Amino acid sequence: MDKIIRINMNDLSTSTETVPAAWAGLGGRGLTSTIVAAEVPPTCHALGPNNKLVFAPGLLTGTPAANSGRLSAGAKSPLTGTIKESNAGGTAAQMLARLDIKALIIEGIPKEDKWYSLHVSMEGVAIREETELVGKWNFAVIEAIEARLGKKTGILTIGPAGEMKMTAANISVKDPDSKIRSHGRGGLGAVMGSKKIKFISIDDQGAPKVPIADPEKFKTAARVFAKALMDHPVSGEGLPTYGTNVLVNILNEAGGLPTRNFTVGNFDGADKISGETMHDTIVARGGKPKHGCHAGCIIQCSQVYHDQQGKYVTSGFEYETIWGLGADCCIDNLDDIARADNLMDDIGIDSIETAVMFGVAMEAGILPWGDSKEMLRILTEEIGRGTPLGRILGGGAGSVGKTYGVTRVPVVKNQGIPAYDPRSVKGIGITYATSTMGADHTAGYTIATNILNVGGYVDPLKKDGQVELSRNLQIATAAVDSTGMCIFIAFPALDIPECLPALIDMINARFGINLTGDDVTNLGKHILKVEHQFNIEAGFSNIHDRLPEFFATETVAPHNAIWDFSAAEIDEFWNF
Amino acid sequence: MNITVKLFATFRNGRFKVARQEHPQGTSCRTIMLGLGLSEDEIGVVLVNGRHVPLDQVLHDGDTLALFPLVGGG
Ligand code: SF4
Repeated sequence: MDKIIRINMNDLSTSTETVPAAWAGLGGRGLTSTIVAAEVPPTCHALGPNNKLVFAPGLLTGTPAANSGRLSAGAKSPLTGTIKESNAGGTAAQMLARLDIKALIIEGIPKEDKWYSLHVSMEGVAIREETELVGKWNFAVIEAIEARLGKKTGILTIGPAGEMKMTAANISVKDPDSKIRSHGRGGLGAVMGSKKIKFISIDDQGAPKVPIADPEKFKTAARVFAKALMDHPVSGEGLPTYGTNVLVNILNEAGGLPTRNFTVGNFDGADKISGETMHDTIVARGGKPKHGCHAGCIIQCSQVYHDQQGKYVTSGFEYETIWGLGADCCIDNLDDIARADNLMDDIGIDSIETAVMFGVAMEAGILPWGDSKEMLRILTEEIGRGTPLGRILGGGAGSVGKTYGVTRVPVVKNQGIPAYDPRSVKGIGITYATSTMGADHTAGYTIATNILNVGGYVDPLKKDGQVELSRNLQIATAAVDSTGMCIFIAFPALDIPECLPALIDMINARFGINLTGDDVTNLGKHILKVEHQFNIEAGFSNIHDRLPEFFATETVAPHNAIWDFSAAEIDEFWNF
Repeated sequence: MNITVKLFATFRNGRFKVARQEHPQGTSCRTIMLGLGLSEDEIGVVLVNGRHVPLDQVLHDGDTLALFPLVGGG
């Protein structure tokens, strides 16, 4: 039977509960946001004892459904002050699902100044004092835990950034190759650090298979779904070949690639950091152009990147990271960007927030534009070691902007704006402004329709249709984030008519229920409203659903585009 | 007239990254696409000078045409 496990760090106790009826139909983001909204006082300090850190696998996680192995982490965010859900790949989600764990809810803060680990297994959750791995960086933590508990152990860990409660700290999740995927955004690593939990280890030995109510129906739907993923050119060919970094060239050509801290829309060095160049480099050096972040991913947008000597440098090397350290910081050395990517995994800091932060830090004069060596030094010696400068930088783009008096600080609700200029790709500007998570491209990925011609076409340079596009995508995404599915299934789902019904059929077959397409849309709307209400009670209003002023006062080349939505036009978003 | 043609992702295989081509007045994106041995159903995105255009858009001297298969990420 599905269960909820509570871990109370106040008195170091755990308890297991049956799943309340109201939570039974929820998973992933739907469940983490519902729990956080129900149990966390919206005005609490995100790093205080009243915040809760919730992990939940999706509704389909642990089943043979393709790409269903994502884990949601939720809490009140110390970066944004809003509710937060951040989802990641890695092996943990499927293990938790097999252990029948619908959610782990971590509450309170220990009385003594000691560090702990949680061990999750068939026996429940054990809280253990940890001394050996305190202060260790993430790859060393993973290596040590595997030596201690076995190679197959699932691991969620925080690095020095999380221990020091930096608001850009992430939670790292071990992937099938003992490398790292991340619950990147919103500083959830700091929340884990505030609860003095260095890592969570998971052992699913003896766990049964995830039960499926109607196996035949499930199998049929799973086949249709997998075929749609393979048939669509984006998920079937583009992503496995070039990774998400295929976007550098197309955003650069379309004039939407934020460059030099969002002052222009094209980067001269784009070709050197592009997905095409990266693919050729990986192949030439014996890396792997395609790679999955969890067993069961058939899209495989990840990759393994080697250096000139053919030695491993990084994996899961994403467009947003490469854009941010690349174009936004004027760095055209892909090898150094790869080294920084690996360092950010090791330190446990969000690679999007940190990349946006470096753009602001360069504008502030902390380091010169394009100086990748100094960037690597700062990551290792300042942020990794927690010097006073490192802590300012580890607080993200907003933190460094405030400290150094920079006025061009690309954040919404204090979270860094990723990879797509909202002046020249206007739909994503609406998503950045209105998302319950702060600036988050994945919350309603209008790039699909504004730039990529997926799910139709809405002109990126005009205002028409953007609010509706962003709203529809944010609703659909909230629902998809509850299934455990990787968001990249949205590409086939937007274009191939059989894809979404097959996804709903799999959920129905898994639980023996009869959800319709409308039910799923209503679920998405409901999740957004629950999250929005939490934010309102935390002190946010429509005034916070705005982009930074400079987007409305500085045009961006090559299209001389400007952010020209009125407040009333943006506020239309919440009319549903 | 002079047109800069840029190709991306799989379109580069066996072709080129960027080329300057001479074309008669009135040439459309479609004509250039066909000349490259590409078919309409392979095309994802057509940009002229950084703006999305239909395949039948007529080009002007000095234009940059960028052709992409359907690609995505995020
Ligand atoms: S497509 Fe990429 S992000 Fe999605 S599940 Fe596969 S490897 Fe992970």
